[in-house]
Amino acid sequence: MIHIDLTDQPIDIAAALRSVEADGAGAINTFIGTVRNQSTGRPVVRLEYEAYDSMALHQLRKVAEQAAEKWPMVQKITVVHRKGTLYIGDVAVVVAVSTPHRAESFAACQYIIDTLKQVVTIWKKEFYQDGDVWVAAHP
Amino acid sequence: MNLKIALFGIAKEIVGQPELALNFPEGQPVHQLLEQLRTDYPALRQLSSLAVAVNNEYAEDTQLLQERDEIALIPPVSGG
Repeated sequence: MIHIDLTDQPIDIAAALRSVEADGAGAINTFIGTVRNQSTGRPVVRLEYEAYDSMALHQLRKVAEQAAEKWPMVQKITVVHRKGTLYIGDVAVVVAVSTPHRAESFAACQYIIDTLKQVVTIWKKEFYQDGDVWVAAHP
Repeated sequence: MNLKIALFGIAKEIVGQPELALNFPEGQPVHQLLEQLRTDYPALRQLSSLAVAVNNEYAEDTQLLQERDEIALIPPVSGG
């Protein structure tokens, strides 16, 4: 019911969506996080995601399990996160949730992406023309 | 006891290596380890947060460390 992946290959969005199809699901909600061309006004050239793999996979599963507990009608959840070097427009993360009705899939999907950003051990470094910064490292 | 601490992101850059071997008194809590690391590497004090993970779970400050634990230093995460 829960599918988690951490990959250094481009994420197959169609495959992620297919993986949450279920006969009991009238709704599939998807969040796709992509690399944008600027951050706090500075043009971004590329990003690098570094992961503590074993803990990231464990925490991703835990977040998905928490969502399935909070919304017991959830049918299937897939979370795929990218690591390595990404360029503008690349897909960094896909969260897909299927439920009988739409309200729960919106809510569970938002819970997963919001919580993922707080706890999952993945770090993002932004590269600009004139330097680089680990995102969120400093107050 | 000898602890091995895995480092990631900006913590890895501050320490200058991906793993730190540290001689640390037996049975001390997580906050003592953080204190020692912040003393050895003062730039760690500038981070907006710094956590310790033991065996893939976030550890409480009072959790006692053991030699065979898988320990990692967790600077502020920023996935997604």
